[in-house]
Amino acid sequence: MTHNLVFAGVGGQGVVLASEVLALVAAAEGYEVKQGEVHGAAQRGGAVISHIRFGDRVYSPLNLRGQADVMLAFEKLEAVRNAHYLKEGGVIIINDYRIEPTYLNTSVKYPDDPIGFLKTKPYQVKVLKATEAARAIGNERVASLMMLGAASRFLPLRAETWDKVLRERIPARFLQLNQQAFEQGQQAVAL
Amino acid sequence: MAKQLMSGDQAIARGVWEAGVMFATSYPGTPATEILESLSHYPEVQAQWAVNEKVAFDEAMGAAIAGVRAFVSVKHVGLNVAADSFMVFPYAGTNAGFVVLTADDPGTHSSQNEQDNRYFAKFGKVPLLEPSDTQEAKEYVKLAFQVSEQFETPTMLRITMRLAHTKGMVELGERVTAAKKPFVKDNIKWVVPPFAKLHRAPLESKMRAIEQYAETFPENRIEKGTGGVDYGVITSGVIFQYAREVLPEPDFFKLGMTFPLPKQRILDFCQAYKKVYVIEEGEPFLEEQMRYWGVQNIVGKELFTNVGELLPELIAEQMRGTKAPGDYSKEISIPARPPMLCIGCPHRGTFTSLNRIPGITVTGDIGCYTLGGLPPYNTMNTSFEMGGSIAHAFGFERAGEPKTIAIIGDSTFLHSGIAPLMDAVYNRGKTTVVIVDNRTTGMTGQENHAGTGKDIHGNPAKKIDYEALCRAMGVEFVRHANAYRPKEVEAAVRQALKFDGPAVVISEGPCVLTPEEKAKPKVAFTVVAEECIACGLCFHTGCPAILESQETYRASEHQKAKPKAIIDPIICVGCTLCAAVCPPECIVRVDGQPWGA
Repeated sequence: MTHNLVFAGVGGQGVVLASEVLALVAAAEGYEVKQGEVHGAAQRGGAVISHIRFGDRVYSPLNLRGQADVMLAFEKLEAVRNAHYLKEGGVIIINDYRIEPTYLNTSVKYPDDPIGFLKTKPYQVKVLKATEAARAIGNERVASLMMLGAASRFLPLRAETWDKVLRERIPARFLQLNQQAFEQGQQAVAL
Repeated sequence: MAKQLMSGDQAIARGVWEAGVMFATSYPGTPATEILESLSHYPEVQAQWAVNEKVAFDEAMGAAIAGVRAFVSVKHVGLNVAADSFMVFPYAGTNAGFVVLTADDPGTHSSQNEQDNRYFAKFGKVPLLEPSDTQEAKEYVKLAFQVSEQFETPTMLRITMRLAHTKGMVELGERVTAAKKPFVKDNIKWVVPPFAKLHRAPLESKMRAIEQYAETFPENRIEKGTGGVDYGVITSGVIFQYAREVLPEPDFFKLGMTFPLPKQRILDFCQAYKKVYVIEEGEPFLEEQMRYWGVQNIVGKELFTNVGELLPELIAEQMRGTKAPGDYSKEISIPARPPMLCIGCPHRGTFTSLNRIPGITVTGDIGCYTLGGLPPYNTMNTSFEMGGSIAHAFGFERAGEPKTIAIIGDSTFLHSGIAPLMDAVYNRGKTTVVIVDNRTTGMTGQENHAGTGKDIHGNPAKKIDYEALCRAMGVEFVRHANAYRPKEVEAAVRQALKFDGPAVVISEGPCVLTPEEKAKPKVAFTVVAEECIACGLCFHTGCPAILESQETYRASEHQKAKPKAIIDPIICVGCTLCAAVCPPECIVRVDGQPWGA
């Protein structure tokens, strides 16, 4: 069995970091892992999508559209942009947060209610205000670990492995805040 | 042996280290950049950024001829820059192992074209290996060196963006040590031009020998499927992983070496099945060769497009008839989210300045500033490849378009902008050049270069003085301007346009992503609302931190009320650009301190 995830967000939101942490956790549990993202230009603010797949044997590093079990959307518009990667009944965890794009084509505007729209589709939609909650505990940037905490509820990975990888991967001075964010994220979503 | 999570690029670097390479070089280019970055952390390998790919290639070539294993990595278009060397090196062959890696970019995620560099291997008569995952990426580097030394030939390794940036677990190995081979002076061998005729026929014999080797090369291997189908599949690289994901049943002939091809084994494979699908991304490189051999029962590009990435769902659609779901853009508005210049980016200042000069045409180049060709600036009117801007501007001038300005970054100028500027001087041009000097190679991730004063490790290095360089070439007009002071840049460029000869304006401002800039404290700016006259000039800087206020201002009863500006204090980094263009000077630091207007 393969576990298929898509992480989507905006450059600078920590999509790549969260993906890497998940990949390390899955690898530490002995799964074969493939994780890939598009990160071209170094400029901030572009759409970022990352695929993470783990299981006994994983071939493609990319999910097929309609294949992902879980999507972690760090931003609402990016949730809508990538939701078609999910299978029917798949879980989509959305950070209720809006980042305005630079509009090249002014006729296409930011949608009014992306979350409401996704709720009309055959997915299990889970919403949390990760950026807001992260700011409240002291640093907007830990929203990415909060999102990851929420995702962990839907993954067969053990708490001690998450803990071990967080300790290894996150710089010591940010560790406690990230751990707190991770736990808060776990509590923020219902199964 | 330990295992480690690595990207394809990091795995390549590890393979280079394990292969006993002594010298590695490159010029930054996505998706290959991280290979050399990663190599710079292995102290046994002398890793260094070169000013361009040709220089990198030639240095590695020199090292290999002199007797040590050498490696050079380029993005696909980087091999174009090094092509002159690449095409001649095989005539002599190499002394110690030489491997060139090309990282191709199907789908043009961060490139200007999607050229399929497998053709370079055939064109130059250079054996080509293509790994399909991170573990193979590491192992194939070592195999490539083995091929290189066994046949005394430069050898090429090709990956694509998906492999370069995919992470997977890699089993680590030890570094082998290769003794330096002596360089034996032999002018018939190493002085190629007078003896090229002599080399030509032996090169063909060598290719025949490598073809024989390909027949037994273990990484050209049959991957058995679960069975029950009457067709087979031939593929290579990351497409093997995609195709196997979608097609568990058929037997695959997975090619680890795609030039030269194992002809007999491919013919045998094709005979064993009713039909054989040749699944390849990009051009029909394998298929053409097979059709040339007269193989009849193959299906290739009629099913699998050569445009863009050959994603797994496209393979599924063609082979299984399944239709992958499309996105929701027909039901809900999904605006694009392109990358943008960072908040505080000095290029905003340069574009704001150039937009104040009417009637100019701007020939552009490759870098973050290529975004100046997009809204809200639309400043740049051409951009093709590295170093093209200056000669393009001179060409415009020769075609009777005198108000043409070339814009080129510092790293790109050093890469391939010097020769065209020299040419403009020599041929009595009047080309105006704006060098946007952000003191780094910005777009690829802030790599040092010959103009930053630091080497790949961040240690002090000689720093090219652009002004002295331009003057030495005979450019008589050189001005420096602060990119965050558009009036200054505008004035310098206007003078440059009037100057009777080639003229250079160096628009200076450091990239905000360099470690030094990131470490600096940031103080946001704010608009004093009562003084704002809603002139809109700060909006023209295109900074995303500047927003329209609910409050409006009307200059007179006859004019329309326009929104005043406000600044988002969370994302503003205090670059001062908006304050510098504000006529009533009502944009100030939030702490009220002076900002050096």
